Amino acid sequence: MSEVKFSKEHEWITLEGDVATIGITKHATEMLGDIVFAELPEKGSNVEKDGTAGVVESTKAASDVYTPVSGEVVDTNQAIVDDPSKINEDPEGSAWFFKLKMKDQSEMDSLMNKEEYDKFAKESAS
Amino acid sequence: MEIKKTSLNKLHQSNNAKFVEFAGYEMPIQYSKGIIEEHKFTRSHSGIFDVSHMGQLFIYGDETLTEELEKIFPLDLKNLKQNCSKYSFLMNEDAGIYDDLIITKIEEGYLIILNAACKDKDFEILSNLLGSKFKMNLDNNRSLIAIQGPKSVEILNSIINGVDQLNFMTGNWFDSDNQKLFVTRSGYTGEDGFEISISNDKAEKFVENLIKKGAQLIGLGARDTLRLEAGLCLYGHELDINKTPVEANLRWAISKSRLSNGGFIGSKKIMNQMQDGASQIRVGIKPEGRLIAREKTKIFDDTDTQIGEITSGTFGPSVNGPIAMGYVNKEFSKVDTKILLEVRGKKHPANVCALPFYKKNYVKGVN
Repeated sequence: MSEVKFSKEHEWITLEGDVATIGITKHATEMLGDIVFAELPEKGSNVEKDGTAGVVESTKAASDVYTPVSGEVVDTNQAIVDDPSKINEDPEGSAWFFKLKMKDQSEMDSLMNKEEYDKFAKESAS
Repeated sequence: MEIKKTSLNKLHQSNNAKFVEFAGYEMPIQYSKGIIEEHKFTRSHSGIFDVSHMGQLFIYGDETLTEELEKIFPLDLKNLKQNCSKYSFLMNEDAGIYDDLIITKIEEGYLIILNAACKDKDFEILSNLLGSKFKMNLDNNRSLIAIQGPKSVEILNSIINGVDQLNFMTGNWFDSDNQKLFVTRSGYTGEDGFEISISNDKAEKFVENLIKKGAQLIGLGARDTLRLEAGLCLYGHELDINKTPVEANLRWAISKSRLSNGGFIGSKKIMNQMQDGASQIRVGIKPEGRLIAREKTKIFDDTDTQIGEITSGTFGPSVNGPIAMGYVNKEFSKVDTKILLEVRGKKHPANVCALPFYKKNYVKGVN
């Protein structure tokens, strides 16, 4: 599996072969608070880099989830739809959102590594 | 304008509050445990809420004060006993609501608790209506602390002996720590609880004491989920200048004895609506599934006609599901009516339901 990369919209992404797994970062969940609703893209649909690919809602507000790369949705994580509190518990592990079959793996190149993202998150929070 | 702070601001900070601006005040939206934990703690133990941003209006005067106030509020104030509280409204001639409030008869006058965002305007309106005959004091030297939840009576009574003798919607002055506190048994969460009016310089120590006894600070986020589960209105959402108490389904708050003769501001409209019914009415709404319908969500019938709008919507932690309130045309206001909510471009099924979503019994017969 590839190194974890991060987007400015606070998604994380890993690549295995040509299938990317995408979720939202721990930092994002801390900003959102208790997540009580998750909506995921439909399996078989195509999503475009930086387009919306889902929604999460906290007790306070709704937020779009974006996809950092383009591709066909090949799997979604029903467990987080059934129990959205899992997203707060393990956002960068078992609470992944969806898997994409990527077309153009060079889209990964512009994303941040962990160190860069941590710095970005710290700056954007203050 | 500079943001205002309550006398508990430092205490909020040291308890890791996340702040938001609310009605010109820097207020805690939540603390480190988060809204759901805070909500559940209030329901099972005891939550402390800083509501010092709300207005505490003391009005003093002779017996003509009651007469003058009866020209304003739809209440039978002549028969209101001392230390008893009533929920009411400040309205315009069309019965549009300027504010909703709690009025308590105290010695030689009344105490009115007003919403933070409305209090200055309310003061102006009431000053104009009452003239200079009565002493009016929108008291900025006092903080207001609410303590809510099943353990609150035991905790508060250990600090202010005798509050356990208060019935719901009554209050009294108590002596504690060499000062006079006005305590009412009331609240905004659907739980048993109290509101304590205390001088600013004593508020922090008082709250620290409540925390030592096992209560915890709760933010405005959980205050909102708690009141919504209890089916209670929030000014600026369920209530505003374009809504009347009848439309808001708050007929119960209008004293029956005042309906025959009227004589209060907005009485004509109220009496007409009581007779003919209002065209739109506030209802409880439960979306099917987990979908949350927020404020301003449009409500449709099955023929694609818009029949109303959501005024508050969130996830109810104790209900463990989404809940909302909104206004619908009266023919859709019956419990179990199927409606559709348009969220992110799609229509989702929901049901009109009875309020409150969550019910506990208030303490009535202490004495």
